[in-house]
Amino acid sequence: MLIFGHKPTISAWIGLAIIALNLGVALFGPLIAPYSESQSVGGTWEAMSPSMLLGTDQIGRDMLTRLIYGARMTIGIALVTTCISFFIGITLGFTAAVLGSWVDMALSRLVDIVLSIPLLIFALIILGVFGSSIPVLILTIAVLDSTRVFRLARALGMNLAVLEFVEAAKLRGEGTWWLISREILPNAAAPLFSEFGLRFCFNFLFVAALSFLGLGVQPPYADWGGMVRENAAAINFGLLAPIWPAVAISMLTVGVNLVVDWLLSIDARPSGAQAEL
Amino acid sequence: MAETETKQPILTIRGLVVETIIGVRLVDRIDVTLQRGEVLGLIGESGAGKSTIGLAAMCYARAGCRIAGGVVDIDGSDVRMLDAAGRRDVRGRRIAYIAQSAAAAFNPAHTIMDQVCEGPVQHGLMNRTEAEAWARELFRALDLPDPDNFGNKYPHQASGGQLQRAMSAMAMSCRPDILVLDEPTTALDVTTQIEVLILLKRLIREYNTAALYITHDLAVVAQVADRIKVLRHGKEVEEGTTSDVLHAPKQEYTAKLVAVRGAAASERASPATVTDKTILTVADCHASYGIVKVIDGVSLDVKHGETVAVVGESGSGKSTLARVITGLLPPTAGAITFKGATLPKALKQRSKDLKRQIQLVYQIPDVALNPRQTLHDIIGRPVQFYYGRSGNDVTDRVAELLRLVELPENYMFRKSTQLSGGQKQRICIARALAAEPDLIILDEPTSALDPLVAEEILKLLKRLQEELGLAYILITHDLDVVHRIAHRTAVMLKGQFVAFEDTETIFRGPYHPYTEKLVKAVPEMRIDWLDEALERKRVREAAEKTDSAKVA
Amino acid sequence: MLRLIGTRALLGVATLFAVSVLIFVCTQILPGDVASAVLGNQATPEALAVFRKELGLDQPATVRYFNWFLGAIQGDLGKALTNGRVIIDEIKPRFYNTMFLAGYSALIAVPLSVGLGIIAAIREGRMIDRMSNVLTLMTISVPEFFIGYVLIILFAVNLPWFPSLATVYDEMPISERFYVATLPALTLTMLVAAHMLRMTRTSVLSIMSSPYIEMAFLKGLPRSRVVVRHALPNAAAPIITVIALNLAYLVVGVVVVEAVFTYPGVGQYMVDAVSKRDVPVVQACGLLFAGVFVGLNTLADIAAILVNPRLRHKR
Repeated sequence: MLIFGHKPTISAWIGLAIIALNLGVALFGPLIAPYSESQSVGGTWEAMSPSMLLGTDQIGRDMLTRLIYGARMTIGIALVTTCISFFIGITLGFTAAVLGSWVDMALSRLVDIVLSIPLLIFALIILGVFGSSIPVLILTIAVLDSTRVFRLARALGMNLAVLEFVEAAKLRGEGTWWLISREILPNAAAPLFSEFGLRFCFNFLFVAALSFLGLGVQPPYADWGGMVRENAAAINFGLLAPIWPAVAISMLTVGVNLVVDWLLSIDARPSGAQAEL
Repeated sequence: MAETETKQPILTIRGLVVETIIGVRLVDRIDVTLQRGEVLGLIGESGAGKSTIGLAAMCYARAGCRIAGGVVDIDGSDVRMLDAAGRRDVRGRRIAYIAQSAAAAFNPAHTIMDQVCEGPVQHGLMNRTEAEAWARELFRALDLPDPDNFGNKYPHQASGGQLQRAMSAMAMSCRPDILVLDEPTTALDVTTQIEVLILLKRLIREYNTAALYITHDLAVVAQVADRIKVLRHGKEVEEGTTSDVLHAPKQEYTAKLVAVRGAAASERASPATVTDKTILTVADCHASYGIVKVIDGVSLDVKHGETVAVVGESGSGKSTLARVITGLLPPTAGAITFKGATLPKALKQRSKDLKRQIQLVYQIPDVALNPRQTLHDIIGRPVQFYYGRSGNDVTDRVAELLRLVELPENYMFRKSTQLSGGQKQRICIARALAAEPDLIILDEPTSALDPLVAEEILKLLKRLQEELGLAYILITHDLDVVHRIAHRTAVMLKGQFVAFEDTETIFRGPYHPYTEKLVKAVPEMRIDWLDEALERKRVREAAEKTDSAKVA
Repeated sequence: MLRLIGTRALLGVATLFAVSVLIFVCTQILPGDVASAVLGNQATPEALAVFRKELGLDQPATVRYFNWFLGAIQGDLGKALTNGRVIIDEIKPRFYNTMFLAGYSALIAVPLSVGLGIIAAIREGRMIDRMSNVLTLMTISVPEFFIGYVLIILFAVNLPWFPSLATVYDEMPISERFYVATLPALTLTMLVAAHMLRMTRTSVLSIMSSPYIEMAFLKGLPRSRVVVRHALPNAAAPIITVIALNLAYLVVGVVVVEAVFTYPGVGQYMVDAVSKRDVPVVQACGLLFAGVFVGLNTLADIAAILVNPRLRHKR
């Protein structure tokens, strides 16, 4: 089977399978979950058993059920965030690249300043002012993350905008929208797609980290980062409760990274380091 | 000849095969024999495998390639059989390499002296002091300015021509038996090219070094090589002495290559197409990038059906002139008149119809076509955009245009990435024609193409002019091309025209000194041309010396 | 060259200034103001007015900004809303703790990852390169707290070598500090080293494919000399940038790791303030982190200028 006209490597297949599994669980969660989201089925941190495959959490809910419901929330937020971030970043980045002059100057300087504050710190400041709710969380991360997308989109756009086929379209008299959508975007699609994977991972981990700090998704919603926090105390008894949601998070990001790594390696040419022998 | 054949050759390559790691053959069973002090020219179009052979002679394959078979024998020992240390010992010491781009081949972090001395010191041939003395001697032999201190410079502090000579010094630093010269003058301007060429030839003779001279330019190789090997698609076409290859080629392909270079002498633009209606006038035009003045008072006019060439070296401002006329770079002063009306300076102020009437064809067709679009989209868009046609109308017109540029209609739904360089340039021309323009600006339309392909494109351009009565402004550095298709020619230097006359008049002389320098610097396809040029240079320098002596 | 460095340093100062404005603006865009946020909806208008005056909110925003910024550069960060303590006194020991942890990690991470990155680049495509690729890919994919908890389970619970909680106090002897901070430092190291290794490898590789490296091989130089003499001097600038970027990342990564090990640093302090919505503290911590970040980037750029041969030797 070919994807993007190339045959995936074994590691890429593993990645694709992991992504498919996670998306499946996120979409059909309630259908496959053994219990309901907040149903108490046992005592605190019960061990693994055939009826509760991963044991129970700090207030006796089934860990597997919580994980399945958490998939929807955690993956959903990261996905929505990344989509908004890309929409803002690509639009502004390409506009800056095509129009140049003061539009580019103003946007680039603003982004430079935002980028000179670490992302997490900036997010903490905004959450500190607005308080944490899901819309604030999504918008904050999306806007902050879009600065990274802007940088990439602008660089790609700049490189493409000086190419002669874009100049030819300009000479023909085509408008900015045509230049962006027909001449630049199709040629920037491949690197942007890889970047989408990387940014998704980043946002996904970011949401998880904020939830872990108690500043992300608030209870009673199940969310993987929050589940780690709620079950953190178990670690001192040598129990694995906080590890399960952390494993779930890691698995998805490893999966996405494996696919992105493969995508990036398609175009990579061997460097000079192996020559001579 | 008989005498050299009895000697043991310094380099013998037998049955050389080089493949990419996925098994594509780049070089297919090539044999090379090189005597001491002999120069063999390897000539061919891009993709002929000539650089690969040059590197394989050093037992080196670029990343992604490997030497798959054959023998590389240097002075009696098979280098391919040696271990890594043995090969290192041969490289640089017995056989040395001169690359095309000296600016890229020097390490920016070290002085030129450090890099020139590194070879002999590392190979244990000299100590540092001896190596430096030898390097200074080479710098002097290569006419580098201030040879005693030149080595203290960092690569970015020297010019392109100087670096190319410094690289020759670096290659000679171990007094190798064989030099591999990989297009050593291609990246240089014509006037610099001849200086470097003269010095290289002198160097090879003086030290009796054998050399593999790799180039795509038959006229260049004719000046330095004793024998020429013609290559195509990794295979040998023929090999012979230089005069045999030039005057009595055995293969049709070689004959064509020779003919292309010969055509310039006979062929001229047909005066029949030129009318007396002026289409474009540029009057006292000035333009600059930021504070750098690039065009400094240029006046030009073009008639219907006429080709006006603008020639000059890189940095002369000729491409900028094209940008000014198209409106991409509004001039700071001066007026442009198109068909009797003043042409607005900036592209934005020009109407759609004005934009339609002036079209531009670029130098490098690979980047002038959107790789994600089909030929139908590329050629059909101007039809759609300027004439508002749609559906089958567009398809019919695209088919017609493809026929016009001599491409099959069924190419319509291919993407440009599936085409060869020459085909791509035809598509660029078709795209320009789709707008049905009156004036086409050709910015070095053939200089990125192999000579035979370039030849076809020139023929196409001439035919189109005869059929459609187009006016061309041809921007180029290639005097051959100018000779053959331009009715009138402007010679550009530092943003100004030093001459603007009928092409015949320009080439006949009397010359402006700069025009003379340009014209005389283009290698001609005669074996003794370089020696004549050398003689001219010596006479001129002698004259200058006596002049300055008189003044003193 | 000196001018270039001067310009870069000035740019750093300007950036810091712009950043402080941005932070200040962000804390002002809230509908209503801090006073109503703290006192809640039930507060009487009189109480609000008194509280506003107390906070200086009756003054225009520009005046408040300059009061805040000028105070901040003199070390006066104001008082916390929730408990009224002087912020600078609270931050000082925590800042020391945070820098201690970050420095400890950097000490392990930088030599380790730059060294391994160079080795991976030189041995591109070989076993060691592939292994490091997979391992680092795994490491950058997992959340900080995952590494932290795995280390706790391994080295605090299963093998009781280190404490799982990194409690430090002011009078703690330095050796004990190192001991207690080992697990958090290792967590940070793994996190940052993976990034740094990959980026170092990429920059060395991009240098290894330049024509002057090929030229060096064709001169017959041994591989070791090509790498040490021809590749590394040119890789220095990109590697410095990589290190700076990751050191800055380290200072931030500290926030989560501090939470895992309940280590008393600025990160914990800030997270605490955010959940209590104590704006002055959040502002102060934000400015501090941003300052360190901007400072490191400025230093890195200056260092990159210093090692660039094209800039060091003028035309």
